[in-house]
Amino acid sequence: MSLGSAEVAKIAHLARLAISEADIPSYARNLSSILELVAQMNAVDTTGVEPLAHPLEMAQRLRPDAVSESDQRERFQAIAPSVEAGLYLVPKVIE
Amino acid sequence: MHTKTIAELATGLRAGDFSSEDLTRALLDRIERLDLQLNAFISVTAEAALEQARAADRRRAAGEGGALIGVPIAHKDIFCTLGIRTSCGSRILDNFIAPYDATVVEKCRAAGLVMLGKTNMDEFAMGSSTETSYYGPTRNPWDSNAVPGGSSGGSAAAVAARLAPGATGTDTGGSIRQPASLCGITGLKPTYGRVSRWGMIAYASSLDQGGAFARTAEDVALLLQVMAGFDPRDSTSADQSVPDYSTTLNDPLTGLKIGLPKEYFGAGLDARVAAVIEESLAEYRRLGAELVEISLPNAGLAVPSYYVIAPAECSSNLARFDGVRYGYRCDHPRDLLDLYTRSRGEGFGAEVKRRIMIGTYALSAGYYDAYYLKAQQIRRLITQDFRDALSQVDVIMGPTSPTVAFNLGEKVDDPVTMYLSDIYTIAVNLAGLPGMSIPVGFVDGRPVGLQSIGPYFAEAKLLNVAHRYQQVTDWHRQLPPVG
Repeated sequence: MSLGSAEVAKIAHLARLAISEADIPSYARNLSSILELVAQMNAVDTTGVEPLAHPLEMAQRLRPDAVSESDQRERFQAIAPSVEAGLYLVPKVIE
Repeated sequence: MHTKTIAELATGLRAGDFSSEDLTRALLDRIERLDLQLNAFISVTAEAALEQARAADRRRAAGEGGALIGVPIAHKDIFCTLGIRTSCGSRILDNFIAPYDATVVEKCRAAGLVMLGKTNMDEFAMGSSTETSYYGPTRNPWDSNAVPGGSSGGSAAAVAARLAPGATGTDTGGSIRQPASLCGITGLKPTYGRVSRWGMIAYASSLDQGGAFARTAEDVALLLQVMAGFDPRDSTSADQSVPDYSTTLNDPLTGLKIGLPKEYFGAGLDARVAAVIEESLAEYRRLGAELVEISLPNAGLAVPSYYVIAPAECSSNLARFDGVRYGYRCDHPRDLLDLYTRSRGEGFGAEVKRRIMIGTYALSAGYYDAYYLKAQQIRRLITQDFRDALSQVDVIMGPTSPTVAFNLGEKVDDPVTMYLSDIYTIAVNLAGLPGMSIPVGFVDGRPVGLQSIGPYFAEAKLLNVAHRYQQVTDWHRQLPPVG
């Protein structure tokens, strides 16, 4: 499995990662060699094998639907890059 | 004082031979003197450490009996620490002052352990050499040209260089066992779910597990005693009682059945490392254990399937770093998309970006079955291999790493070669089993580690098996050539 520059640019966009034009060839090379490693999986026939998502196969634990945390907005927003009146500021989204 | 083990320090503090403040000051002095060269710490929290030490001395004076009150340790910089920078080795969190303590940090503090600082690591725990850190590489205390292993290389180097008697770490594919091996110390990755992940910055959530480093198995038992236990704030925390890890340390090993997977002794293993491992196994035979050959037929598929599962989970976990709520934000974003992509592009290093992209690709439409589903099917085969093996033997043993520590810069530009340094450790995470590494010798002055793997929640057995070996050998007492 080999990835070209256009595919790398598309994956970077999907992942919301700015990658400079100059770096794309080296990413394409490295990602392709990782996918080559991954392709070794195809050596084994896994027909009928149930996928394993979690090592202990535990059921998801549920808790009562009750308030357990207090409001700590100011504390959490104290470390944000830009806030105003309790809101996170980002560049204008709607023209 | 710095050469004493945690158990010896605890005895000295209890007897009043020295105060925690004296001890903490001595270690801080040592860090100041030696860490410029090693770079094991990202942050040294000297003032807070001395404050905690004085508080510990007051607790002792008031008659409190906690075994570890006043013993200093270091935390991997992946654990959130209230009011203290928690960088995860990344530029994107270089300005992140955690607003809360991780459960592990909280438990250590409650037990009276003093935090000396936060240790260096591969960025977001993605690496096997601590070279991907935004804060520069850590050096191996045994040889400054060698890497300490990774990702918890800062913690391992700090313990090996006697800058701290113990440290926390995390292990997603070998990140405790491999650096323990390369730095000549003792490290334990517990069963998945044994130690809370709350406040431990996530890399691959179905594989991540916190654990501990120290010089001896006895010390690791003391640290695990503090760290382990159910945590309602971690949805995959194991709701299982924690045994007393110290009471079974001395159990005899007569009749212990040790399985040696033939796949761990084949091609790829350095012959001189193999010879050291053979010698350590002979020691176990003298201790009364029986060695039997076993097979883990799908062992070779562990690295390929890991490099689908871990990146898939990482691409999802690291989506939270968006330059909006905390962490790095790029200058002058043109629009929201530019804010996201440049904050992430500038904030993450190359290896993190590679893994996010592999994960994004594997999970994208049309590729899910071929990659993610296939990897999860292989994960079941690997897990089944271990279950079968562990129904015949008590523990599995083999080398922790195929070679001793490699040189700085040797593998950092070739991701796949770097990934293969974890061939013996990664499968253990896929299966969620506990694993441990202890020092058993040297090749060219660089340490060799022996890995032991046990059944689910058999940490006490692994610690016992390691402790008995350390009673009749002194590899764990060797001092590296630093200060």
